[in-house]
Amino acid sequence: MESIALAFSLVADPYVLGVILASSLFGLFVGAIPGLTATMATALLVPVTFFMPSVPAVAAIVSCTAMAIFSGDIPGALLRMPGTPASAAYTDEAYRMTRKGQAELVLGAGLVFSAIGGLLGTLVLVTAAPALAEVALNFSSFEYFWLVLLGLTCAVFIASDRPLKGFVSLLLGLLLATIGLNNPAAHPRFTFGSDDLLGGISFIPLMVGMFAVSEVLRFVVSTGESRLTLAQERFGNVFAGQWALIRRYPLAIFRGSAVGTAIGALPGAGADIAAWISYAISKRFSKTPEKFGTGHVEGVVESGAANNGALSGAWIPALVFGIPGDSITAIAIGVLYMKGMNPGPAIFLNNPENIYAVFIVFFLANLLMLPLGLLAIRLYKQILRVPRQALMPVILAFCMVGSFAINNTAFDIGVMLVAGVAAFFMERNGFPIAPLILGVVLGSMFEENFATSLIKAEGSWLAFFERPIAGALGVFTILVWLSPFALRILRRPRP
Amino acid sequence: MRLTGRYLGAFGAAILMLASGGALADYPNRPITFIVPWGAGGGTDAVGRMLATLMERDLGKPVNVMNRTGGNGVVGHAAIVGARPDGYTIGLITSEIGMMHHQGLTRISGASFTPLGLVNIDPAAIQVRADAPYKSLGELLAAVRAQPGKLKASGTGHGGSWHLSLYGLLLEQKIDPSTVPFVPSASNAAGLLDLVADGVQIIPGSHPEARALMEAGKVRSLAIMADKPSALFPQVPTVKQAVGSTWISGVWRGVAAPRKLPRDVEARLRMAVKKAYESQEFQTFMKERGFGSQWMEPEAFAQFMAREDAQLGKLMKTVGLAK
Repeated sequence: MESIALAFSLVADPYVLGVILASSLFGLFVGAIPGLTATMATALLVPVTFFMPSVPAVAAIVSCTAMAIFSGDIPGALLRMPGTPASAAYTDEAYRMTRKGQAELVLGAGLVFSAIGGLLGTLVLVTAAPALAEVALNFSSFEYFWLVLLGLTCAVFIASDRPLKGFVSLLLGLLLATIGLNNPAAHPRFTFGSDDLLGGISFIPLMVGMFAVSEVLRFVVSTGESRLTLAQERFGNVFAGQWALIRRYPLAIFRGSAVGTAIGALPGAGADIAAWISYAISKRFSKTPEKFGTGHVEGVVESGAANNGALSGAWIPALVFGIPGDSITAIAIGVLYMKGMNPGPAIFLNNPENIYAVFIVFFLANLLMLPLGLLAIRLYKQILRVPRQALMPVILAFCMVGSFAINNTAFDIGVMLVAGVAAFFMERNGFPIAPLILGVVLGSMFEENFATSLIKAEGSWLAFFERPIAGALGVFTILVWLSPFALRILRRPRP
Repeated sequence: MRLTGRYLGAFGAAILMLASGGALADYPNRPITFIVPWGAGGGTDAVGRMLATLMERDLGKPVNVMNRTGGNGVVGHAAIVGARPDGYTIGLITSEIGMMHHQGLTRISGASFTPLGLVNIDPAAIQVRADAPYKSLGELLAAVRAQPGKLKASGTGHGGSWHLSLYGLLLEQKIDPSTVPFVPSASNAAGLLDLVADGVQIIPGSHPEARALMEAGKVRSLAIMADKPSALFPQVPTVKQAVGSTWISGVWRGVAAPRKLPRDVEARLRMAVKKAYESQEFQTFMKERGFGSQWMEPEAFAQFMAREDAQLGKLMKTVGLAK
């Protein structure tokens, strides 16, 4: 009890509160610029935290990343340019809602359910971190293999109206993921002697190109009056209608937060994968799956909660065992060591007020997200008033800056432009791009876990089912695959 | 919008203040780019950012860290070598530079740089599960000899530093490396996780990487491949103490610039790197993170790289990793 009171006094320090506010604004700014990710924002913060005491140093990272993951939704919804990879899963859906004139509803949903997901995830982190971390430690490559396979299966759900074309798109994504040197054998593939291709196709330029540049191209070739104006005439209250959404989708919110936190807690899978899987789950269990992909808020609600839940979940293995749950906590662990808050079960025993203070910051940051996010949305929405013929070149310029910034190489601008043209032709011919993106996200994880599992098992397929969790996941995955056939047989009218 | 303008103004003022703080020498008169060949957030990135921050204070001009990742470090190292040798592009080079050209990935090697100083060496150590039946390196090696192929190792990519550290030790102990199959992993953390999940049995890696799991009582370190125990875990014996091996292996980081640097610029940079290394902040940082701080003057650094290069080349050829 005493340490909790002490923790409150640590956070209530005006300096700490100032750090939280400043890093929140920084996070909002970085997240809203496509190509700049939450991971990058954290890396940029690290040198600043060198000169801070432990609580504000960690507070800066926590608040900055929470804001960045939310604000990635804003350009995604307004410009079809996901600000961070974690928003990619529902970018198309959110943008369609904006085009239907529902920008305030979808942005409000992104904001409110990001905050709720973050809060629920934090609650799990506070109450169950040591126990959950023990579970996460039981996952070896066999378990991850099935998990990734389950994730890839999501592609079928995401594009279920055209399963064959969705599958082709997924395979293209998996093919792109094989490029480069970063494979289990460390053997360069499809690099054609280029040093740039040794590193593989960078994900961010690919994603920005596929979503944003293809939209710019569509604008260029479209004719008619409607091309110059968006449906949006007025921009209403962002929070209006959110209460109704909470009442309509309570299960989805809970499920999104839970799935997000769980995936975040698994080392190696972060907010972006959580958002994809939650979006697919949302569609699979929706009462109106046919509305998905036409500008329907349900998937945004669930996966918006999931990616912020994952952010909190990722701290579970990081705090308890010093094993990063995602790329952000990988950086944060270094800061924890720097500040003498060494990760490990002892973190809850030695100076517990520090870790409690960090938990309080988690809650605070997710609550602060509501007013600050509203501010960001109000500033950003001005974009809708800009004539589209002026906006589109600016978007293209931003795409270039963002693609360059991620690795500081002009090669990635080329990747982005080629991806944009390719996505334009794919969508023209009815090939969805979401499965391709998912294939790239999961492709290398899939290959790595498959290859390492086979090496460990000395080529035996049975090993994929021998461990209890792996066996259960494997059976579940196969059941999911067989379910459409089973349903078809069951529904066949009996003679 | 007015609000944004004011922020921009404040930013501008801050930048001006930073810029006017330095001395008015010829070099440097503009920002310096500091290339880190590995991703933002990793250990190399942290060391690079710390050095850049400290060098910035000394040189009086911004020293901007740029992560040039990809191709197992090839891309970033090649970017340093290929930069104009004017002192405005320098970078942190890592032990992989002694391996990548043996693998046929690139032509550059340690000799392609102007070395400015080595700042860190982290020796390799052998980690096993805390509840493993072998309590010492001797017992572990006996288990490997008794059941060839049963125990598997992981902790880095195929042909990565830790892979070679382990195989070097095995060769030196007259054990055929192929009796310890190596399972590639994306990072040492991923390998350690697999160790704890009982997927593999041996993880070669540094003590700072295994620290949290060792302190949590999940992982035990059996021996360290250095001439003296690590500061972090002084109770872990050296391989010499454990099995009488003279094998020494580890990863290192040092600052370097492109070749053919002007004399005065090189002298200024050597001074700046040494000053940053010797600063209280850097030493505290290395100690807190558990990294082994170790200084080598540029000349010694160059010889060290040449020696490492030869040793790794021989080892890679023996185990069939070289092209």
